[in-house]
Amino acid sequence: MSPSLVIEDLLKDFGPVPALDGRMVRVLHGISLKAEPGNVTTLLGANGAGKSTTLACAQGLVPANGGTVRLLGEDPYGASPALRSRVGVMLQDGGLPPSMRPIPLLRHVASFFQRPGDIDGLIERLGINEFATTSIRRLSGGQKQRVALAAALAGNPEVVFLDEPSAGLDPQSRQVVFDLINELRDAGLCIVLTTHLMEDAQRLSDYVYIINDGHNIAQGTVAELTAHAATETPVQAVTFNAATSLVLPALPEHLHLAESTPGHYRLDGVRTAADLAALTGWWSREDILPHALTMQPRTLEDVFLEIAEKGNHAN
Amino acid sequence: MPISTQSAPVASNAHGTLKRIMLQGRYETLAMLGNGEQLIVAAVLPLLALIGLVFTGLLDDVAESPIDAAAPGVLALCVISTAFTGQGIATGFDRRYGVLRFLSTTPLGRAGLIYGKVVAVLTVLVLQVIVIGGISLLMGWRPAVAGIPAGIALLVLGAAAFTALGLLVAGTVRPEATLAITNLAWVLLAAVGGILFPSNRAPDYLQPFVDLLPSAALGDSLRSALISGSTSVSGILILLAWTIIAGFAATRWFKWN
Repeated sequence: MSPSLVIEDLLKDFGPVPALDGRMVRVLHGISLKAEPGNVTTLLGANGAGKSTTLACAQGLVPANGGTVRLLGEDPYGASPALRSRVGVMLQDGGLPPSMRPIPLLRHVASFFQRPGDIDGLIERLGINEFATTSIRRLSGGQKQRVALAAALAGNPEVVFLDEPSAGLDPQSRQVVFDLINELRDAGLCIVLTTHLMEDAQRLSDYVYIINDGHNIAQGTVAELTAHAATETPVQAVTFNAATSLVLPALPEHLHLAESTPGHYRLDGVRTAADLAALTGWWSREDILPHALTMQPRTLEDVFLEIAEKGNHAN
Repeated sequence: MPISTQSAPVASNAHGTLKRIMLQGRYETLAMLGNGEQLIVAAVLPLLALIGLVFTGLLDDVAESPIDAAAPGVLALCVISTAFTGQGIATGFDRRYGVLRFLSTTPLGRAGLIYGKVVAVLTVLVLQVIVIGGISLLMGWRPAVAGIPAGIALLVLGAAAFTALGLLVAGTVRPEATLAITNLAWVLLAAVGGILFPSNRAPDYLQPFVDLLPSAALGDSLRSALISGSTSVSGILILLAWTIIAGFAATRWFKWN
């Protein structure tokens, strides 16, 4: 299926910045990505990595300074109402008028569309009835998030942008929101979301772009991203509990053993069986019988931290 | 990577432009009318000004009766209350809270947002004219019938100029500053800017400056239209110039984010 969103070599500058003698600052250095219908495409990165700016360009809120952005075949900046009618947006700061109550706001947003979404269904599903009489100003962060998600879906969109959709949600609402996102994906929507939480990216994404400092630094399915690195380093760390303040042995240079908290040890850098033998050899010599031994598989977080680290060195 | 994009166009899911603008206009009107502070500025303070001016005799030399002299200026004050102060403050805070960003991603868009505000300003202004005008008529106001068309045109033009100025302030400074600027301007323009009192009452050294203000153009022209039925071309030109300049500046410098 052809992608709903295609971004190629996107450049974005901010400024002029008075603190830098009025110079412009480049915040996106050539981001490229694609997002397909029926997929959750995730932009993963630390705060300030450029995820929201990338989304702002994709949503047409700000113009690109270079490269191309095509949303449903059009340039989203200055796009027609027809294009905007097919796209739903949930902003990171919500963008909801504080003095309004949630349901009249949702009905107002839905009124712009010929074929709006099922507002009553969304209200029910996202538990908005629980705080229907409260003005948005007085809602908790998680409640506002749920209203903003409903507002993004009010027009029955084909493409949905969700900027940090799980921020501020309690575990229960998080599950509700994740189930809804999965359902929308299964219904064929193109979902583009950002998160700085690896766990969310791992649970939701079909395809992940890791963004660091305005650069694409890695991309792939969650399985690809973790597997690719796994051929190099299948195990992220070996941890074990033993007596406190053991005298640590000399180990090969690529291994790092430390007592992270009293009685709790962590070995990083294990790549081969011989590395593990170096550890068990020390136990055998010193007659140490550790308990609670674990070998931690690599997660997306490890991959991310490693790649980000490499990226920082490269810069 | 090979690139192909979905080919547009697909049927729009948006209602027509006019319908979207009217929906937003209704929404903004209800928001204005539901806001207590805005109602004080839009209705209560102009009414107090009307009563104050009629019973203090401050405008005795302007027209045959105190109410004939006071009512046009109070209608001009209503324009500033709604188009400039009320609308400016609301827009400033909507900008702060990202409401403008969010609504501009919907089919409404940026232009629809602005036109929706204009619809709301004009709707509230009509209500103000009905209330203030009605009370003035009960108090014995007899506007010059020949000047009524010009009066309506001046109110609309004044609303355009002050809406553009309100958007310019709201779109360029912090909302707290917008609040301060538009409230202070409301007081100053009402008192010495030619709104409630003829601009020739201003101190001599301020006179040339005051005459060029949109407030003086609006207040003085409304008085001459509704007291003597005459149309002030210079007043209309000054208001037009302010509308164009402020409209251009707001378009150029308004920060949506």
